[in-house]
Amino acid sequence: MNRAGAIVGRIAQIIPTFFLIGVVVFVLARLLPGDAVSAMLGDRATDEAVRRITHQLGLDRSMVAQFLTFIGQAAQGHFGQSLAFRVPVASLISERLPVTLLLTLMATLIAMCMALPLAFVAAMNANRWPDILIRAVFQVGLSSPVFYVGLVLLTVFAAGLRLFPVGGYGEGLPAHLYHLFLPALTLALSFSAVIMRTLRGSILAVLRAEFVDFARAKGLSARVILLRHVLRSAAITTVTLVGLHIGSLLGGAVITESVFAVPGVGRLMVDSIFSRDYPVIQALTLVLAVLVSLTFLATDLLHGWLDPRAGV
Amino acid sequence: MTPLLPMTPLLEVRDLAITFAPAARVVDGVDFRIMPGEVLGLVGESGSGKSVTLRALLRLLHGARVEGHVLWKGRDVLAMPDAELRAMRGRGMAAVFQEPTAALNPVLPIGLQIDESLAAHTDLSGAARRRRAIELLGEVGIADAARRLGAYPHELSGGQRQRAMIAIALAAGPELLLADEPTTALDVTIQDQILALLLRLVADRHMGLLLVTHDLGVVAETCDRMVVLYAGRVAEAGSVADLLRQPRHAYTDALLRSMPGEGEARTRLSPIPGMAPKLGRPLDACAFVPRCSYASPECSAHRPPMVAVEPRRLSACIAWNRLPARVAA
Ligand SMILES: Nc1ncnc2c1ncn2[C@@H]1O[C@H](COP(=O)(O)OP(=O)(O)OP(=O)(O)O)[C@@H](O)[C@H]1O
Ligand SMILES: [Mg+2]
Repeated sequence: MNRAGAIVGRIAQIIPTFFLIGVVVFVLARLLPGDAVSAMLGDRATDEAVRRITHQLGLDRSMVAQFLTFIGQAAQGHFGQSLAFRVPVASLISERLPVTLLLTLMATLIAMCMALPLAFVAAMNANRWPDILIRAVFQVGLSSPVFYVGLVLLTVFAAGLRLFPVGGYGEGLPAHLYHLFLPALTLALSFSAVIMRTLRGSILAVLRAEFVDFARAKGLSARVILLRHVLRSAAITTVTLVGLHIGSLLGGAVITESVFAVPGVGRLMVDSIFSRDYPVIQALTLVLAVLVSLTFLATDLLHGWLDPRAGV
Repeated sequence: MTPLLPMTPLLEVRDLAITFAPAARVVDGVDFRIMPGEVLGLVGESGSGKSVTLRALLRLLHGARVEGHVLWKGRDVLAMPDAELRAMRGRGMAAVFQEPTAALNPVLPIGLQIDESLAAHTDLSGAARRRRAIELLGEVGIADAARRLGAYPHELSGGQRQRAMIAIALAAGPELLLADEPTTALDVTIQDQILALLLRLVADRHMGLLLVTHDLGVVAETCDRMVVLYAGRVAEAGSVADLLRQPRHAYTDALLRSMPGEGEARTRLSPIPGMAPKLGRPLDACAFVPRCSYASPECSAHRPPMVAVEPRRLSACIAWNRLPARVAA
């Protein structure tokens, strides 16, 4: 089997994707109403000052020239200077990105821990009260907006019961985990609802599959049937779903980080959009898009490993 | 092992009725028994309830009401505790399903699917199970068996999948094999090999075999007795030789007439004029009436009773003694 070759091919495929993302990002940032210079200098800046700053930032060059500079630098990991913070964009992002990654990772783990056992219980009791209860609770989780869930958790567990900090990130890993718990839970609630529903559905479908009946006809124990025959097949659909959902999790992080004042890239993104900080917006969108593509790649590879029929 | 009395059937089915919700009675009052070392053919056109019956014997039907008695060595399968059922499945009664592609787990290698059957029913070590799995694949005619253990179902041809499924069913050394059209997907040479293998197991191990098939040629070559199903009911039952020489049910008569000339040894059932009946509420009449050339008003008046027309010969046909004998059986 030429699995290694297939993996390399799959990685090569995403390079053009990155270029296209670059184009879209560059254009979108320029479609934002308003401009960086007036955002920086305020309304009462003189024309002379505006012209000078515009020139300094290279914003008076042609779009094509600006784009080529952007792509050329991006390919080398240089994203220029932040207009608002006046520090290299790369260092800004490398400082904030781990926060968001940790948040996303925690959210995914919490969501899985909630969804996997409950999907199981729901599927094994399909249409009886445990199933109905579990689905009803998750339905609420799924239909509540992220910022609302965040505010409720914040009010109850942080402000009210004082079990968790109201915001921030803390120093050192234990403090990080502690500070990120509520925001991660916020993100995890709707995510776990999606996982739960998909996994429950696939377990139910697989339980009725012919090959599971055949496994029963062999006289296998319920445990072997469940763990070997049912779960593995059901996991295939679910893995794909979880992978595809990481993107929206990052989207949710933008809101959650604002609610909980978490210094991650989500909040950086919001701030940069308000200050028309093009280099930061571009770089961030690019980095996030690349991350999402890599997640898709990892999902594909995992899917190929779980399902021998998928040629990677 | 306790020696079986010669007259104790492995399996005895009495008055089996299967109803899918809300009111589709697809099997209605089926009786038969299988002795050790006996080959019973279950014949009937598409939709007559062959596969559903076979699944009911192993308690594998979803969403169906199953009534009557399925006695495995005298124990009622329909009321068996789970542990006993599990021990019986695969080791007592094993099954070959109709569709190998659907029956094999697509994400597990063939070797593992044989191995787990051995692991469930024997004390063999891992290495011994592996050797046995290779032997089994060899027995069903899969070449290069050792290398094939790691193959996934989609990497095998249709015929190889069929044979792999048979190897899995035979793994635990069942006393009775329920085989749902085990040779339909195979070409004639392979078909003969597989049937010969099954008959060898019947002879050597005294295994019972329930062979579901469309193919009267296969029945004639392999079965001792046969049961003809029509619309979920037994039309007639008896020894294959008698039944093919002198049908005692108008449906069997039509079935034999629809077979092509004697020159062709192996023939599939070609359709009998008219439509197979829609299954639904149990009918208080013979279901074959609309297609029958011997029908009399009595046939529609009530459901014809099952009559022992000769010793070990049952028929549910009012016209049983008006049917012509077949020339040159
Ligand atoms: N799950 C189910 N729900 C409702 N009806 C069913 C179900 N499974 C089978 N049936 C019906 O039961 C009847 C008998 O089906 P069965 O599969 O036993 O036929 P068969 O004799 O095996 O036919 P074939 O030769 O085509 O395999 C058919 O009318 C079929 O539509
Ligand atoms: Mg069938």
